[in-house]
Amino acid sequence: MVTGTGPDGGIVLSQLSKSYGAVRAVRSLDLVIAPGETVALLGPNGAGKTTTIDMMLGLTRPDHGTISVFGLPPAKAVQAGWVGGMLQTGSPLDHLRVRELVALTASYYPAPLGVDDVLNLTGADAFAGQWTTKLSGGQAQRVRFATALVGDPDLLVLDEPTAGIDVGGRRDFWRSMRDIAGQGKTVVFATHYLEEADAYADRIVLVANGAVVADGPATEIKAQAASRTIRATLPDADGAALRALPGVRAADRHGDTIILSCSDADAALRALLGTFPGVRDIEVRGGSLEEAFLELTAETSDAVDVMEVAR
Amino acid sequence: MSNSTHFRYEVLRVLRNRVFYATTLALPLVLFFGVASGQRHATFNGTSFPLYFMTAMAVYGAMFAAVGPGARIARDISGGWTRQLSITPLRARTDLTAKVVSAYLLVLPTLLLLYLAGVSLGVRLAAGQWLAMTGLILVGLVPFVVIGFVVGYLMPVDALTPALGGIVVLFSLFGGVYGFELAKSGFLFEVMRALPSYWLVQAGKSVTQGGGGWPGQAWLVIAAWTILLVPVAGLAYRRNAARA
Repeated sequence: MVTGTGPDGGIVLSQLSKSYGAVRAVRSLDLVIAPGETVALLGPNGAGKTTTIDMMLGLTRPDHGTISVFGLPPAKAVQAGWVGGMLQTGSPLDHLRVRELVALTASYYPAPLGVDDVLNLTGADAFAGQWTTKLSGGQAQRVRFATALVGDPDLLVLDEPTAGIDVGGRRDFWRSMRDIAGQGKTVVFATHYLEEADAYADRIVLVANGAVVADGPATEIKAQAASRTIRATLPDADGAALRALPGVRAADRHGDTIILSCSDADAALRALLGTFPGVRDIEVRGGSLEEAFLELTAETSDAVDVMEVAR
Repeated sequence: MSNSTHFRYEVLRVLRNRVFYATTLALPLVLFFGVASGQRHATFNGTSFPLYFMTAMAVYGAMFAAVGPGARIARDISGGWTRQLSITPLRARTDLTAKVVSAYLLVLPTLLLLYLAGVSLGVRLAAGQWLAMTGLILVGLVPFVVIGFVVGYLMPVDALTPALGGIVVLFSLFGGVYGFELAKSGFLFEVMRALPSYWLVQAGKSVTQGGGGWPGQAWLVIAAWTILLVPVAGLAYRRNAARA
């Protein structure tokens, strides 16, 4: 008999590390996900999202650290039928029709949903009789979603579920997704689409270089992104002095150009002009979510400074 | 019961792979009639040629069927299905069992077809002898199922068909499947007698003569190949799982 804590235990990733040769894919990652939460792992390619997800699913063993899925190690939670996963790669089983593949997957779980219900919900009913090897990208994605869902798992893990799907397909997908998340399931999805994370997650976890660089409700991340940026030309600027200016959260330098991310751009601008009279070509802009994302996940060592200051 | 659904679909996948099972069933049959029709009354190694060659061709098709799971394992790995399966509650063991059973389900019609072909060229055995021969062949195929696993886990999918085909052909050549034996005595003969394929081919002759079964050496050879190959398959499986 399975003896986890059940869904109440949530999902706990602690001090998770995984390297592939010299590449440190995930570095001491900590993350706690409450039951029923919909969490987006947002980050650029190579940030460690897929490795993290593979470890949550028990596909990859971490070098260090532990994972608990509802109180069980991932492999045990999977065996108990608590987990449904949609992997990024993988063509479905050959020589089967869509309906057969979904029915087959359903048969692995102790209490699956109805095959027809899942086909309808995911929009795969339109091509249920098609061979699984003869599907378009969007159709294959629906089928993968249907197989992830049909076991009625408490945790749904989706690795870039809409990669390579057109805008219409993405919208349909998330519409079904929202219905399902509304049923109290815990959902973790990886994406590099900001809009998706913003629109569909209760909480965004920004991942860069294998670690969590920002974590909070979508609104909080957006508030952070609502900061203003000052760009100006200032040769031989001292980074530490710039960072010390009032209202400046982070400072970055590209050649003679300085970029200041500000919590209070007015104060920062006054101080900048007072401290560095030589500053010119000044430009003040509202930061977009896009910029915040790029800044937070930039792969330069400066990005680490940015985050340390941001905290 | 979940396993029965998985098992049913695994069989369905075999049956829907028409090229594969048509080849497995048809090729030995064509070879049998092509070679044995002209030698209905010939004798070979102290038994009738049709009986010998019927057994040989039945074994030939059965060996292809037995290594078949290996091909499906490699396809499942390369298509990502193995990864998908490992995030469902289905145990890997259940999947492998279904593959083995489905392979044997393809072996049976292969044997039956060749038996009928043999009868049409005058092979006559008692019911008990047919059954005993079938039993010996089913046991003797075990090492080939395991070889399929090893190759399926280790080989890339595009190298798989020639690899498995080549293995079956080599075992056939040295086992006397093609209607001639490479040696009658000496070192090469001893090598032949250390192969499971050799004893598979002898199954027909063995049930009609003497004690009605294999000599002790045959059982030893089959057991030794199986005992040696199973850990290799285990290693291959783990190597693949670690790579995933």
